[in-house]
Amino acid sequence: MGKLVALTGNYAVAYAAKYAKVDVVAAYPITPQTSIVEKLAELIESGELDAIMIRVESEHSALAATFGAAIAGARAFTATSSQGLLYMHEFVHWVSRARIPAVMAIVTRALAPPWNIWPDHSDYMDQRDAGWIMGFAMDNQEVFDLTLQAFKISEDPRVYLPVMVGLEGFILGHTTMPVELPDQEIVDQWLGPRRQEYVIDGREPLALGNLAWPEDTEEMFMEIQKAMNNAKKVIKEVDEEYGKLFGRKYGGLIQCINCEDAKYFAVSMGAWTGDLIEAINKLREDGYPIGVIRIRFCRPFPYEDIWEKVQNAKGIIVFDRSISYGAWGPLFSDLITGLYHYTNKLPTMSNIVAGIGGVNITYNDFARMLTNFVETIEKGEKPPVFTWYHKR
Amino acid sequence: MVKEVQIVKTGIKIPLAKPKVGVAGKTGFWRITRPIVNYDKCNKCFLCEIYCPVNVIRVEPDRGPTIDYDYCKGCGVCVDVCPSNALELIEEE
Repeated sequence: MGKLVALTGNYAVAYAAKYAKVDVVAAYPITPQTSIVEKLAELIESGELDAIMIRVESEHSALAATFGAAIAGARAFTATSSQGLLYMHEFVHWVSRARIPAVMAIVTRALAPPWNIWPDHSDYMDQRDAGWIMGFAMDNQEVFDLTLQAFKISEDPRVYLPVMVGLEGFILGHTTMPVELPDQEIVDQWLGPRRQEYVIDGREPLALGNLAWPEDTEEMFMEIQKAMNNAKKVIKEVDEEYGKLFGRKYGGLIQCINCEDAKYFAVSMGAWTGDLIEAINKLREDGYPIGVIRIRFCRPFPYEDIWEKVQNAKGIIVFDRSISYGAWGPLFSDLITGLYHYTNKLPTMSNIVAGIGGVNITYNDFARMLTNFVETIEKGEKPPVFTWYHKR
Repeated sequence: MVKEVQIVKTGIKIPLAKPKVGVAGKTGFWRITRPIVNYDKCNKCFLCEIYCPVNVIRVEPDRGPTIDYDYCKGCGVCVDVCPSNALELIEEE
C-alpha cells in the first residue's frame, strides 16, 4: 500500500524520478523548475537516491549531458522551463531523432520579452514538432503518476522516444497538494530495467549523427511517425496497468468528464482544466449539457479518442493557453484538422486563447465564455472562430 | 552508475554508424604533422583511442598506443587529450 504525503508539483516530479530510480540527473536552475532538481540533489546527497547529479553551465548542456548518459544506458532525467527550454531546443531534436528514451519535466512559464515568470503553455507548445511524446498533468497526483508513466512509455521498444511531462509553474509547481506515493517494490517490478535500441559505452566504436543521404534520413524520420502511432496504444496500456497496480487511471490520451450526455464540449489541457471542470459543474446545475475533454497527451495527438466522444456534438470550444501567432491556438488547429478526417460536417468550433503571460482565468471566466458559446449557437448564430479572451 | 540496461533491438533505422578504418582512403602525401608516442610516459588510459576521430589508434594494455599512419590525418586531437604528455605532434619531413 502506498503512503499519502503533501507535495508541491515540483516535488512530485522529483519523487517520481526517485521512484523510477534514475541513474543520472543533469540540470541547470531556472524559475519555476529549480525546486525539482534541488529536491533531487537533496535525495542524492542523503543517499535516498543512488544517482549522479551533473551540474552543468547551461540548459543546452543539461539536455546534452542527459542525452549522453541516456545513450550510454542510464535512466536519465532533466527538467527546465521557458528560456531554458528554448536554449536547449537543439538537443530536444537530437534526443528524439536518435531514438533515445529519456524523460524531461517542463514546468511551463511564459516567454520573454517582457520578463515574466507566470505560467502559460508557450514554452511547452514551442516544442511540439520535435518528435517528443508530450504529456500534460492537471494536478500534483497526476504530475507524479504521469512522470512515472513517462519512463515506462519512453522505454517501450515500440516507442523508443523521449517524453516531456508538462505542468504549470506555481499553479502546480509550487502548490502543495496530497500525493499518494506507491510501493517501491511494485514500481520496480512494473517498470523493470531500462531498455533501449543501442548503447554507446565505449566498448565498441560507434558514431552518432553521421552524414546520411536524404532517402535514409527521411526513412529514419518516417520511423518516428510510426513510433508516435504505436505510442497511442502504449500510453493507453501503461495507463491501464498503472490503474490496476496503483489504483489510479486517467483514460489514456484524454480524460473525459461529463461526456456521456453532453451536446457541447470544452477541450483544454493542463491545470486550468480544473477551473473549467468547476465551471461546468456549476453550469450543469443550470441545465447546460457540456462535457470536458482534457488532453493528457498532445503528441501523439488524440484525434480518434476525441472523435469518439464528439460525434454528435453541436459545438466544441477549445481553450488554448498558447498561440501560434498569425494562426490560432495549436490545440484548436490540431483538433479541427484532425476531425475533418472523420467528417465533412464539423460541429461549430470555436477557439479561445486565454491566460497568456499567466493571466489568471477563474471558473467565472470559463462560465462566462461557455454560456456565451452555447447561447450563441442555440440562438442559431455562429460564434467567432477565434477569440483572444482578455480581461483587466 | 548505470544500474541495469537491456538492449532490446527492434530493427528501427537509427542515425548510427560503425567507424571503419580507411573508408575515406589512405591519407596520402598531404599530411603535414604526425603524432609520435613516448612509451615511457604513456599510462595506457585509452583516451587517445577513444578520441581519435578516424579510429586509427589501438591501445594495448601492456604497451600503449599503436597509430596507423596510413590513415592518420595528423589532426592532433590525441595529443591534446593525452593527460600524461606521452604524445607529441611533429612536422612531416
